[in-house]
Amino acid sequence: MDTRNKTNDIIKVCMLAGKVMLQSGAETYRVEDTMLRIAASFDLESAQSYVTPTGIMFSTNETEITHFVRIVKRSTDLHKVDMVNSISRKITANELTLEAASNELKRIETEVHTYTIAVQIFAAALASGCFTIMFQGTWQDFLPAFVIGGIGFSAMIYFHRIVEIQFFAEFLASLIIGLLAVLSIWLGIGYQLDKIIIGSVMPLVPGLLITNAVRDLMAGHLVSGLSKGAEAFLTAFAIGAGIASVFSFL
Amino acid sequence: MIIEQLVTSFFAAAGFGVIFNAPKKSLIQCGTVGMLGWLVYTLLVNQGVDAVPSTVMAAMLVAILSQVCAKFFKTPIIIFNVSGIIPLVPGGLAYDAMRNFVLNDYNVALQLAAKAFLISGAIAIGLVFSEIINQVIRKTKLNRQSVR
Repeated sequence: MDTRNKTNDIIKVCMLAGKVMLQSGAETYRVEDTMLRIAASFDLESAQSYVTPTGIMFSTNETEITHFVRIVKRSTDLHKVDMVNSISRKITANELTLEAASNELKRIETEVHTYTIAVQIFAAALASGCFTIMFQGTWQDFLPAFVIGGIGFSAMIYFHRIVEIQFFAEFLASLIIGLLAVLSIWLGIGYQLDKIIIGSVMPLVPGLLITNAVRDLMAGHLVSGLSKGAEAFLTAFAIGAGIASVFSFL
Repeated sequence: MIIEQLVTSFFAAAGFGVIFNAPKKSLIQCGTVGMLGWLVYTLLVNQGVDAVPSTVMAAMLVAILSQVCAKFFKTPIIIFNVSGIIPLVPGGLAYDAMRNFVLNDYNVALQLAAKAFLISGAIAIGLVFSEIINQVIRKTKLNRQSVR
């Protein structure tokens, strides 16, 4: 009975580590790898894990019961990925006991974003302004792109909270960006409409999804790679549709 | 001119680090990786090299730098990779393609869309190539150890 309890605890730690990583936007092959490493370092032989972007399956033996976690909410939080990764490193180096690891993981799970929303919006605004310059825009367009990019990013955060459908939030955000860019030209604040829109839209671009999709595909995780690619395509399409509707009404 | 590109690409990449909640201590590395990748891209494009091979080279550099950073700082490679790759994403081309689709100019739109697709593929190739180098190095090292 005691060994059975211990096995269950190990499985719980593995599942929790995998869950936190997957929710924070880690690549699926990294999630699988981390879970197996943790299992192996606690002497759990022949563990197997199968991870897709929406769920984790974990089994300790072919004849044993398979465990399952459903992932509904996914966001990007590289800090959590990093922390879980370092915990798995410590476990494999035998520096952490099972209970300590479990407590640490629970603490990480409840941790909030390191940067406040205001800092994130500022970063998005700054990135928008910088992208306008990088795409051969003029410095006069830096400020409009800065402001519009910030508003667009905050709009996306806001719509994410009130609408469950991600596609719609991105569509609305890029629609707002397009309208504001046209308005800025109309008011004479901005000069090149294209550069302002491209710069402001960049914080919404699914860069992480694209890189993850490629890395998963190349690691042989065809299901995860394709579904993440589809998610990236949907996001890109939402942004494009939002901007396109502004143009079609001009 | 090149300095303004360097500064803006640094802040753009670091800004993305903040949006993705990268650890505070790695923000400067994120910015630097993005800056160097964008430097290679702009230099090659200014030399008259086509955008697709330039993107491959830049993505390769980003991936190699990320590998080095990941080994050195013992953090997942994804932290550096993502913010480094962002400046290379063909957002401008995709935007132009979309606009031409809306304006019913399908010929231009398809050309631009194909180009954007190729550049995305180029980013993928660049990323994967450095992964291959890394694996080859690791495998040969392991073999040597087992021989001993």
